Amino acid sequence: MTTTVPIAVPAAPSGPGPVRTVALASPRARNAKVAANLALAAIGLVFLVPLGWILLAAFDPAATVSIGTPDTFTLSNFTEILNIDQTFRPLWNSAVLSMGTAVLTGVCSVLAAYPLSRYHQRFKKPFMYGILFGTCLPITAMMVPVYALFVSLRMLDSLTGTVLFLSATSLPMAIWMTKNFMDSIPISLEEAAWIDGASAMRALWTIVLPLMRPGLGVVFIFVFTQAWGNFFVPFVLLFSPENQPAAVAIYGFFGNYGTVAYGKLAAFSLLYSAPVLTLYLLVQRLTGNSFAMAGAVKG
Amino acid sequence: MAILLDRRQHGRGPERTSGPRRAVQSVLRSVPLLPAVALLAVFLLGPILYSLYGSLTDRSLTGPAAANPQFVGLENYTDLFSSPVFWSSLVLTLVFVVGSALIGQNVLGMALALLLQAASRPVRSVVSTIVVVAWVLPEIVAAFALYAFFSGTGTLNIALGWLGLEGTSWLIVLPILAVTLANVWRGTAFSMMVYSAALAEVPPEITEAAEIDGASGPQRFFRITLPMIRRAISTNLMLITLQTLGVFTLIWVMTGGGPGTSSATLPVLAYQQAFKFAQVGYGTAIATVTLVIGGLFAIIYIRVLKPEVD
Repeated sequence: MTTTVPIAVPAAPSGPGPVRTVALASPRARNAKVAANLALAAIGLVFLVPLGWILLAAFDPAATVSIGTPDTFTLSNFTEILNIDQTFRPLWNSAVLSMGTAVLTGVCSVLAAYPLSRYHQRFKKPFMYGILFGTCLPITAMMVPVYALFVSLRMLDSLTGTVLFLSATSLPMAIWMTKNFMDSIPISLEEAAWIDGASAMRALWTIVLPLMRPGLGVVFIFVFTQAWGNFFVPFVLLFSPENQPAAVAIYGFFGNYGTVAYGKLAAFSLLYSAPVLTLYLLVQRLTGNSFAMAGAVKG
Repeated sequence: MAILLDRRQHGRGPERTSGPRRAVQSVLRSVPLLPAVALLAVFLLGPILYSLYGSLTDRSLTGPAAANPQFVGLENYTDLFSSPVFWSSLVLTLVFVVGSALIGQNVLGMALALLLQAASRPVRSVVSTIVVVAWVLPEIVAAFALYAFFSGTGTLNIALGWLGLEGTSWLIVLPILAVTLANVWRGTAFSMMVYSAALAEVPPEITEAAEIDGASGPQRFFRITLPMIRRAISTNLMLITLQTLGVFTLIWVMTGGGPGTSSATLPVLAYQQAFKFAQVGYGTAIATVTLVIGGLFAIIYIRVLKPEVD
């Protein structure tokens, strides 16, 4: 999915593992451990090769499609693409799109989650089922009608229009996650504020939001990462180079300039991937390295 | 009004007020939902309804049918269902979903989760990090890396050469196999993490007790562990099915759906028909069919697993 997102942001399992194999380290258990290590190393190697290609090709002056250590290490792949047209403007556009989407989605889902979390209302259950249904739809399948809709709304090639669409597609998941985070904040604290005469919105702003800061961080990063990595939506909705984000601009290294500049492509890929890899580490911090979004897939 | 908010736990409180006032209050309380509802209505529900309507017209990208599309009834659907390309695309989608998600990501994810449990700590953290990075990378970067891996002079063929095997132009000869394997590489991390979390919840005493009673490793796995994590398995299967149904970028970059339409799953075919061949109405009909398939899966998921919504 470019947009049918991974529904949760679980963290990598790296906490303390089960210790029972260690406790009874019979020769058989030790052999099992060696076998498991070997099997994992083999699978890990296969997973590593395509990643290693990006890393090595980025520093290779004569990169090809096959992995190999460069004869000479060079930074020229980076220095040659560090200009406005090829790198800075696409990355800036990506930042605008992702930031806009994350902020808009964050604000809308906090507002929506509050009544869903705090009140009993007749429409709540159907609404939440509708939201859940929305998280499941294959958004990529919708891009043809979305294009047609944007033609009628005269919103093609508009960053604002793209932000609005990206926000709408990430809202179901964001509302679901935000509501679950909000449910875990006890209501008794707000009650004290209400007695002191605070309005619901004031209680939300001064009491609930500060308490759910890590949860909000997770939702924000989740939406930001989805928008940052999204290729298909801007590919269909934005066409002028001034508006294209990195996900679409990267395609330029591939087809349009005759032969493919693999070294530059890889260098650009590293620059473009770095922010989301960093944010992923941050999510792991925020969630204490556990299966973070258990709330998101609860049930 | 603030005082009238009810406690979630009890669901009744001092707000037992009379009818009209209650209705006003209920409306007021729903106001914060409006921005989200408006966005969802225009940009999510809008395209879905547009998809249903657009699939009944002869809209195209250029020419008179672009400016003033005519209502053609179910013609796009009769064309679609009588077209061999559509049926082959449906089969390709099935192969892609079953091969890469239900078999590939699911089985490999479970195997990795079990191995991670048994392995020593440094190996565990290095390998799980590598697998997760493949999943965290932007999809288009992953797609380029895999394009390079599978291409004619790419790493795969060179590695096969070392083993004395003859490579082939995977992306041309067996494109659906290449994109299926690529999607396994890309998406296995998700299943691995879901299953790792589920396995960590299984109390070790239970498997230990079975071990003392003489149950073999496979017996313990199939008779004890699997039944205990069956909910995680069904949730995971449903989620990866829906995710894989929507994969576009990976296939688009690696093969463009081709050669011809030989690796065009439904989302790719919809795009090809609408933008390459300018048949927007026809492409919209494919989009609608895909949405209906995804919607059916979503309904099954919600019905079978009954996630709590309260």
